[in-house]
Amino acid sequence: MTATMSQCLMNMVQTDYGIGDYQSAIAPRWCSGCGDTAILTAMQKLCRDEQLAPEKTVCVSGIGCASRLPHYMNAYGFHGIHGRALPIAEGIKIRRPDLNVFVTTGDGDCCSIGAAHWLHAIRYNMNMTVLLHDNNVYGLTKKQASPTSPKGLKSNTTPYGAALNPLNPLTVTLGVANVSFVAQAVDWIPDLLYDILQKAYHHKGFSFIRILQRCPNFMDHHFDEAVRDPLKTRILTHADGLRLKPEISRIYKNQETHDPINMERALALAAMQEELPVGILYNNPSVPCYDELRAGERPSTPGLVETVLNEEFDKVGIWPQSQPTPQAGE
Amino acid sequence: MTSDSSQPIAQDTPLPAAGSATGAKTAMRPAEVIHEHIIEIVSDSGEGAQRCGQSLASIAARSGMGIWTVEIIPAEIQPPPRSVAGASGNRVRMAAHKVTNVGDQADLVIAFNEQVLLSRLRAGEIKQGATILLEDMWKRDAHQPIADAYADVCAEIRAGGYRLIEVPMEAECQKYVPDPRKGKNMFVLGMLCSIYSLDEELAASQVKLTFIKKDRKIIDANLELMAAGRVWANDNLDMHYRIPAPPVEKPQVVTNGNAALALGVVASGMEVCAMYPITPATSASHYLSSIFEKVGCVVHQAEDEISAATFAIGASYAGKCAVTITSGPGLSLKQEAIGLAVMAEIPLVLIDVQRGGPSTGLPTKVEQSDLMAAIFGSHGDAPKVVMAVDSIEDCFYSVITARKIAETFNMVVMILSDAALSTAQQPFDRPVFSADWLAPPVNQSAVPPDAKPYDWDERTGIATRFIPGQPNGMHCLTGLAHDRNSRVAYDPKTNEEGLINRTRKLAALQKTLRLAPVFGDEEGDLLLIGWGSTRGAIEEAVTALRQEGHKVSSLHLKYLQPMASGIDEVMGRFKKVMTIENNWNDPLSDPLINSDNRRYSQLALLLRSRWLVDVDCWGKSHGQPLKPAQIKAAALAKLEQA
Repeated sequence: MTATMSQCLMNMVQTDYGIGDYQSAIAPRWCSGCGDTAILTAMQKLCRDEQLAPEKTVCVSGIGCASRLPHYMNAYGFHGIHGRALPIAEGIKIRRPDLNVFVTTGDGDCCSIGAAHWLHAIRYNMNMTVLLHDNNVYGLTKKQASPTSPKGLKSNTTPYGAALNPLNPLTVTLGVANVSFVAQAVDWIPDLLYDILQKAYHHKGFSFIRILQRCPNFMDHHFDEAVRDPLKTRILTHADGLRLKPEISRIYKNQETHDPINMERALALAAMQEELPVGILYNNPSVPCYDELRAGERPSTPGLVETVLNEEFDKVGIWPQSQPTPQAGE
Repeated sequence: MTSDSSQPIAQDTPLPAAGSATGAKTAMRPAEVIHEHIIEIVSDSGEGAQRCGQSLASIAARSGMGIWTVEIIPAEIQPPPRSVAGASGNRVRMAAHKVTNVGDQADLVIAFNEQVLLSRLRAGEIKQGATILLEDMWKRDAHQPIADAYADVCAEIRAGGYRLIEVPMEAECQKYVPDPRKGKNMFVLGMLCSIYSLDEELAASQVKLTFIKKDRKIIDANLELMAAGRVWANDNLDMHYRIPAPPVEKPQVVTNGNAALALGVVASGMEVCAMYPITPATSASHYLSSIFEKVGCVVHQAEDEISAATFAIGASYAGKCAVTITSGPGLSLKQEAIGLAVMAEIPLVLIDVQRGGPSTGLPTKVEQSDLMAAIFGSHGDAPKVVMAVDSIEDCFYSVITARKIAETFNMVVMILSDAALSTAQQPFDRPVFSADWLAPPVNQSAVPPDAKPYDWDERTGIATRFIPGQPNGMHCLTGLAHDRNSRVAYDPKTNEEGLINRTRKLAALQKTLRLAPVFGDEEGDLLLIGWGSTRGAIEEAVTALRQEGHKVSSLHLKYLQPMASGIDEVMGRFKKVMTIENNWNDPLSDPLINSDNRRYSQLALLLRSRWLVDVDCWGKSHGQPLKPAQIKAAALAKLEQA
């Protein structure tokens, strides 16, 4: 970050950020054993490793346990309203390309109340990183079924078991026009979570990570099978994708080389039932970004505003007879 | 006043040059000088009556006349032809003086078929004895029911005391173009130019401007048709009027309300408009879309109204004050986001071009009934600024003011316009650009150590906003109750502190507001109070009443929340006070209604509750702009009441 360094030196602002520089004064108030903690740690590590200036970093969220994350980051945070994190983030980004925008959202927030925004955010493909904390249940409102809850889940709103099959955020995302980056991570393999987050951050466009995340209170033991049996996890590797550390490679032997431009295979992986794909399912860096498409040719200046206003006034102008009317013939 | 519009005025005004139309076979009759006329041109959708009316209005305005035009719009995109529901066109009020409203009934109507004409007659839009020029091709229609229908309506019109002139418009046009459907409107425009003695060169230059993007051949064909219409009218009609207008002294512009709003957005320095299409607000964003990118800004068509509002909030949070433009149902959807902006104290300008409601209501029709939703909408206590535009010119300047208030007070500012202003056209002095209109550049300087994001000023309740990018300003903004450090806090004291300060900003703004002067005498028998688009009609009614010796005045409120101080004093100087509003109130004539259960018009309710004053109300929810004659009659009835 040379540019930042020289700028910072001039301004005598801190240049070398440690992990503590991204921790706010508020201690996380998630339940003990909550997967959100691992996601927060990965975020803070990423900021440190990329040396993101806290003032240039914005964490946007909706409502839910996951959406409390911005409070725990020392950055600009926007804890919004239920389901609307994405359009808020889009508004931030549309004229502020200098800001690093992260969105944290839960399965209810993103896939239920915010579903329309989610689909269109994929379509807009704005340059931001989206972390879907998916624990398959509503936590903050104390256990109701979420759109990703497994069929049969007993909850406060489904005391006899959830009636419907769960929505699959990965296949849905992959099915939307302009999709450019889709990955899946799990909170219990923090190294991979971090690597995936880093890849997502470096992707230009809308990078979407579904993070399976444990809720110790309302979905106790829900992911136990996947946590205990490494062979249930299929790690996606590629020369341009994740490079596994030896210790990860040793534990998670079920690996597949997957070229993330291969949509067909990505969809097949996303739909897998028996195994859990972890890694980058799809990555297409060539999809145009809405923020760039709508960036405008010239920056707004008072002179420009005056010129354009006068052009418009000319079109509907009435002039005193002493003044000539603009020529209409062109 | 239209009631005496056909009365000649001082005859010493020089008459226009006779025979100015080319090729006139007969000498031009001398023009009868009149103060004003209301002209309606109605056709099936797609036959060009709207363009004809707009062009007529532009020519009149450029001649120096006061004009007000209103679109006559069918509810469907393409209604069945020759149907009463299908009337599409334009009403043009032209006068020797400034015109501020739609006026009462039409003096002259040109209709392309008898069915669209019927719709205007049945709506009571045409003055008794008015002249009606009707396309006569239908009487020769091969399909007998059509010919019969035409004959029936003609008989009805004549029996009704109107002056009917059948005009072979299509037959005449066929002499010049193969398809009269494309061009009949220009023939009609030529007729109108003859009838109202409009300058030939001016008319030609306006037509060239209208078709500026078209092929030369098309422009020439239209000019030929217009000349033909003028000649035909000269030769065949005995009507010839002149509206003596002082020539314009200062450069002016003619736009409709929605275009003026869009131009105001550009002039205000806002950089982002997030919207979702909804009638009648959409044309403002259409117009803005065509120019906003030229100044480096963006119109974002969001996936829904909620997204539009939150997108605008995000942009504003990041330092680029944003606007969202909507209408009734969209306002409802945006209410939760509005609450967020109130709680987080993010500046947001929201333009609500009102239409009839509730629900999808009357999408293309006029009503001003979102006042309560604007002031009290969202949940909890969500103070926001509400202002209403009262003229086309006001549409332009109000946006600039709204942006400034929004950013000064970190508040939501709602601008209420309505369908009456959205498509109505009026000339006003051409604005002279000022760099002061624009938003200041985004502040990215470091925040002083220990500064707090919600350090509410004890006096005003205003806190300095920290914008992403400002070092030391990092904090998490939230829609939850929070303390001065933006930390979530549920304790009663902190909650109350936030409530006090968010409310206090309204009081601080109120101290800066000045009440508009009373229109008419400062005291009298009756005070009419209005808000929004009804201003012109109310003041015209007041003028007429005062000319008849009645002690009636009016007061028009620009700010509805907060209201400027002094309203109670003004009300106290009048024996009776009544609001005039284009929204619902229970009529006392209903046997079920009495003072115990009457629902008052929205402003009346606000005034009554605030000052414990007996404010009566009169209004209509008939989907049309209020007319001066209706208001005058209501005021007279109120004066006569015991």
